[in-house]
Amino acid sequence: MSLAGEANRSARGVVCGIYPITPQTEIVEYVARFPFSKGRVIPVESEHSAMGVCIGAALNGARAFTASSSNGLAYMAENVMVAAFYRLPIVMAAVNRTLGPPWNIWADQGDTLMFRDFAWVQLYCDSNQDVADTTLLAFRLAEDPRILLPVMVCMDAFIVSHTSMEIELATQEQVDRFLPPCDVPQRLDSAHPVTIGGMAFPQDTLSQRLDLDEALRRVPGALEEHRAQFREIFGREVSGAVESHHCEDADRILIASGTVASTLRSVVEEWRLRGERVGMIRIKMFRPFPREEVRALCSGSKKVGVLDRNYGADVGGIFCHEVRAALQGQAGVGERAPLVQSYLTGVGGGDVVPDTVQEVLEELSRRSAAGDPVWKGIET
Amino acid sequence: MNAVTAERYDESCLLRPGNTNCGGCGMSIGLTMLGRALAGEDYVLVIPACCGIVTAGAFPTTSYNVPVIASTFASAPAFASGVAAVNDLNPVTGAKPQQVFCWAGDGGTYDIGMATLSAAAERNENLVYICYDNEIYGNTGGQRSSATPAAARTATTPGGKTEWKKDIIEIMAAHRVPYAATLSIAHPEDFQDKIRKALRIDGFRFFLVHAPCPTGWKTEPAESVELVRLAVNSGVFPLYEVHDGVDYRINVEADGTDPAEYYDRQKRFAGREFDVESVKNWLQSRNERLRKLAKS
Repeated sequence: MSLAGEANRSARGVVCGIYPITPQTEIVEYVARFPFSKGRVIPVESEHSAMGVCIGAALNGARAFTASSSNGLAYMAENVMVAAFYRLPIVMAAVNRTLGPPWNIWADQGDTLMFRDFAWVQLYCDSNQDVADTTLLAFRLAEDPRILLPVMVCMDAFIVSHTSMEIELATQEQVDRFLPPCDVPQRLDSAHPVTIGGMAFPQDTLSQRLDLDEALRRVPGALEEHRAQFREIFGREVSGAVESHHCEDADRILIASGTVASTLRSVVEEWRLRGERVGMIRIKMFRPFPREEVRALCSGSKKVGVLDRNYGADVGGIFCHEVRAALQGQAGVGERAPLVQSYLTGVGGGDVVPDTVQEVLEELSRRSAAGDPVWKGIET
Repeated sequence: MNAVTAERYDESCLLRPGNTNCGGCGMSIGLTMLGRALAGEDYVLVIPACCGIVTAGAFPTTSYNVPVIASTFASAPAFASGVAAVNDLNPVTGAKPQQVFCWAGDGGTYDIGMATLSAAAERNENLVYICYDNEIYGNTGGQRSSATPAAARTATTPGGKTEWKKDIIEIMAAHRVPYAATLSIAHPEDFQDKIRKALRIDGFRFFLVHAPCPTGWKTEPAESVELVRLAVNSGVFPLYEVHDGVDYRINVEADGTDPAEYYDRQKRFAGREFDVESVKNWLQSRNERLRKLAKS
């Protein structure tokens, strides 16, 4: 992130509103120590203000970044919404931590998923390298004039946020090439005084919501272009909206996001070696949701199991909810739509180990119909 | 000017003709005075939820002649900190720096925005914060705020408010901000002088404007300026300034007018519960303390 901030030194600079919360504190501490040649880090009194500072800075043309987690994100919520509704290219690192009460600092995606209707782009990372690369990608995507939407770079608490791993870091020269100077076209301009965010009647509000929707729809195409640029400049791949293995001939497919997907990878490989026709999908981009890809990948399978490290009240797994919606009533899937079963795995931060995934696959294999969400990890 | 078209108005004004504010609105007069004091300056406004943002009118038109950002209710000083930080990172050579102003009501200042305001003041952000104090939540129809004076009847204190008004200037002075002052729409020269003075100071600057709301105060629109003059002359709303939290100066001395004159003209104080003597005692002790501070 700091390299991205530094890359805007020839433009309006970088501003970060920061506030600590476990387990993202190390991120903002690092940002506060970084010797930006044209930047200011503002240690504010709340997450709500941290995003407020980013909004003000972005509206004045700067690159803006913050980080938060869990209840901090909940407290920030109102301004999180404004960042998207003002079409500001703010990037936020969000460390997925269980929402309290009860007080719990372990991994759970419920915090960022509460923003699913806020028109932010959401990218869920599965490793340290993925976080580093996705953050750079996020700035490029957010500032793309066709997009101009804020981007959340999400990662599992502790499993990613507090694990050391050897990674390839970008150089400043590479980042300077990858991230052109940030331009916020709607930024304040005394020569053209407008009031940003005043009253609007229903018709204009409707247009604004439609604009947001259209910008979100342009994200998948833009993301692929920026990934190609990333490959060219950094010489490595950064993962895209979805990653899949063995789905072509799979009769059972497991879907997950974040680090749970890494566990799926190894279990699915093992089952494949035993001749089982299983496949897997890692969904990295939750918003906009990669419906087409999920539909195409699942169209030939009979059963889909979705593992969610989150709980949506009354719906079970939130990714599962989206997968079901993607597979329902669509041409090409129709009545052959696979059975979709929700598995709540690691809700509240419990470990999701290969055995957990094994059990899920066995359970899914026995199933003849989808049922209520299956809660994994409950001690009986 | 007639009711339909603006025949002539100053192109450099802050508040253009055509807004929908109530007659006798103290905030509107304050905005006009602010615009005059800032003629020729480059500045932007950050306005949280309050009558001040409704003033702009509906998209895509606006009554404001400078760039305005609507902030969330509690966030004006945070948004403005971000704006000011970018200005400071990008100094303009050969031109006056762009000033960042917050224009907020008492609800956004004394209540929901208090933590944000305090934090921006503590960080000594390079911005000017102006609270127009109509002593109620005016935009929502007149509910009590912590700026509502004792005994005033509001939609949520039908029997009269039983608590005292918060002393916001003292709170800001306790942050040792470079400059904090009160402003009166009945004293335009003093208003202008203090705004101009603030432009020559760096860091956090705070103003409190006494802003009658005829709709909420149950007063005659034509009397708004007169009420503020009475408030200053009777010591209800002293005009003073504080430099660096310690250097007090009284700008306009009260002339001994009986505060009862101010209260009697407002129906919000018409309840039997209103004990004018206890209010007078409180005003007296507050003003004596101010005079002592100004002398020391």
